[in-house]
Amino acid sequence: MIPELGHVALIIAFVLAMGLAVVPLWGTMRHDIAAMNMAPSLALGVTVFVGMAFALLATSFLQDDFSVAVVAANSNSLLPPIFKFSALWGNHEGSLLLWVLILSGWMTAVAYFSRGLPLEMVARVLSVMGMIAVGFLAFSLLTSNPFERLLPNTPLDGNDLNPLLQDPGLIIHPPLLYMGYVGLSVPFAFAIAALLGGRLDASWARWSRPWTNVAWGFLSLGIMLGSWWAYYELGWGGWWFWDPVENASFMPWLMGTALVHSLAATEKRGVFRSWTVLLAIFAFSLSLLGTFLVRSGVLTSVHAFASDPERGLFILIFLALVVGGSLLLYALRAPSVASRVSYTGVSRESLLMVNNLVFTVATIVVLLGTLFPLVMDAFSLGKYSVGPPYFNAVFVPLMALVMPFMTAGPLSRWREDSAKRWLHELLMPGVGVLVVALVLASLGRDGFNIWIALAVLLAGWVALGVIKDLWRRIASAPDGELKWRRLTPSFMGMTLAHLGFAAVVLGAVVVTQGNQERDLRMAVGDVEELGGYRFELLRLGQQAGPNYLAEQAVFEVTRDGQIIAGLVPEKRRYFASGQIMTEAAIDASLWRDLYIALGEPIGEDAWAVRLQYKPMVRWLWLGSLMIGLGALVTALDRRYRSQAVRKPVPTSGVAGLAG
Amino acid sequence: MRVKKFIPLFAFVLLTGLLFRGLSIDPTALPAARLGQPFPPFAQPELLSGDEISDAALTSKPALVNVWATWCYSCRVEHPYLLSLAEQGIPIYGLNYKDDSAKARDWLEQLGDPYRLNIVDVEGSVGLDLGVYGAPETYVLDADGYIVHRHVGVLDEGVFTRDFSRWFPVAATSESMPAAGGRL
Repeated sequence: MIPELGHVALIIAFVLAMGLAVVPLWGTMRHDIAAMNMAPSLALGVTVFVGMAFALLATSFLQDDFSVAVVAANSNSLLPPIFKFSALWGNHEGSLLLWVLILSGWMTAVAYFSRGLPLEMVARVLSVMGMIAVGFLAFSLLTSNPFERLLPNTPLDGNDLNPLLQDPGLIIHPPLLYMGYVGLSVPFAFAIAALLGGRLDASWARWSRPWTNVAWGFLSLGIMLGSWWAYYELGWGGWWFWDPVENASFMPWLMGTALVHSLAATEKRGVFRSWTVLLAIFAFSLSLLGTFLVRSGVLTSVHAFASDPERGLFILIFLALVVGGSLLLYALRAPSVASRVSYTGVSRESLLMVNNLVFTVATIVVLLGTLFPLVMDAFSLGKYSVGPPYFNAVFVPLMALVMPFMTAGPLSRWREDSAKRWLHELLMPGVGVLVVALVLASLGRDGFNIWIALAVLLAGWVALGVIKDLWRRIASAPDGELKWRRLTPSFMGMTLAHLGFAAVVLGAVVVTQGNQERDLRMAVGDVEELGGYRFELLRLGQQAGPNYLAEQAVFEVTRDGQIIAGLVPEKRRYFASGQIMTEAAIDASLWRDLYIALGEPIGEDAWAVRLQYKPMVRWLWLGSLMIGLGALVTALDRRYRSQAVRKPVPTSGVAGLAG
Repeated sequence: MRVKKFIPLFAFVLLTGLLFRGLSIDPTALPAARLGQPFPPFAQPELLSGDEISDAALTSKPALVNVWATWCYSCRVEHPYLLSLAEQGIPIYGLNYKDDSAKARDWLEQLGDPYRLNIVDVEGSVGLDLGVYGAPETYVLDADGYIVHRHVGVLDEGVFTRDFSRWFPVAATSESMPAAGGRL
């Protein structure tokens, strides 16, 4: 009964979403206030019924109802309850339901927080989001019904969740990532609403900015968790692979980075208006493209969903309608007149333009690399796979290019600034950092390392620029008093995110350059040295988990006679699937990680072991965390909350407030 | 000026065309060098017995020829499924590809042996004749000994039902479990 109820709830949500897509939009054309006023309630209705469907599917998972196909394929009675729950989104059908749930959550949030906005705007935004919900609910109901039953051949037990996904990181990684992916539909909807209404002014930028920042922040956190999970769970200590599925989440992030900055210019100065709209469309289009790539099977990846051409065709048609329709609307409605606002080449506007150019080019570069195998295959030119060498060769220089501009960005003034002033502000920090970079890079084991020197120089310069700006802001009063109140959430968020970016760059370069690893055969009693640490294999043992049996190797790590850590890497065999999993053991700290993974057993009492010393690898995730949290903090800014009160925007025709 | 605004749309239309084309291509489908031809002749040792065998030893047909190695992680993933196929009476011949024979024997001892026999191919010469791309790969030999299908990558129930079952109708109906679902 429960799965059927879930199915019905999903159908009701679909019908309500149809209503949301049509009625309020029709209302804006007919100036029918009642129709427009239905938007928030319809959005809430969709959320309630999708939430019900989700809760009912979760119930099926928790109750081990193996008559439901997705439960049988992805869960097992021995699985710990928390993983039974997260198994819901460890598969195509369930994760699609999560997608829709999060989309409806965003819709409801927009409905709730936009009560101060013009009714027409709210109605259009929610209708556009309703259309997206219609597409995805139809996708779920028509091609990927999560409530499909296996009757009468109900299996006695389930196939188990893929052991790779039986991990705490995977409980929250997909929801966070989807919060970002799907959240980009909000700025998209605002952009489309603005195009529909023909009002591309600073106010729509101000309305969609907090949403964009929050969605982009979640996307940053989601990507960070994915990278962290790959690092400790896949067992070989890599943290980014340029895999098509990773790229699928990274492209919207890159485009979102451009959008976040472009929106700032549009909001504050009214410049780049058409461009910002285009970026909003692109960012969400890339989310949809990512969904297509992951679920259609056009690209091979280590972690794509089991794919199905029928589903692929469905998403492709949906993609064509949404993106094609938006771009057509853009072509017809975007203002082609250059904005009257002027700015000089040396100004904050032009720096933001550099950011936009670099991040757009970076997106295109990643897109080309991701699609290249498909292009070659489509024209029967052979099978190719594009790997890290290509991506690193084009991506790293782009990031290095953007950093000097990033240093000047926060210090710069709108409209007109002078290069002389930038030089004055940044010369001393620059020289200081240069010295530090040269010294630090010479201290390494293998002598002077130019890449570390460059990374310290660029990251340090960005950090110093940010800190200098921070200081100038609080200490510029003539009476010497510190003005803490000038630190608005949007300023603090930006500062945090920029510092985080510098930390990521530094961590990435240092761990790539300073990584040490050794593949060894180790028997009980063997001692090996790596990175100044002494690794001793004390004993081998076995440990039974709830649904697996683990072979363990117990290591003791010492340095200069001091015990640093006891590390116990495992090789697990999962009962239901028979899959073997490598569970690495990691001693983490701010400056270095020690990483041990077991390979294959060699004879009775020895294992192939991989030891790794990874300097500053934590900075990657710490920095990403700062970027993500920084973005979230900006949304707390008072000016977004009080916008309706301070700046009532007259609407054409009907003036009214939703709610 | 107006035309410029259409550029993104045109670019997108091109992309959509490409993606549509992509849907009809299977990225893992590789041209089998010997599709429609008999299994290439060989004279190699057998893994467990050590006797020299030739292509005449592949007597039970239709059969699967599974390319595997102990260095191949995915082979471990598909191994339980091969065991279940063997239990259902489907003949599977192994091609132990560029592997250490001692390790391969340990593997079969520990994980079970689904193979009727195993061709030892340390240098990869049989693999070269066959057009092997990497392990795991699985070929179908029809009743006359011709290679009629090739699958690159892990063989699981979904793949089997979709692409293999027409040569092995018995196995397709005896299973009721769904195929393993997607991975993230």
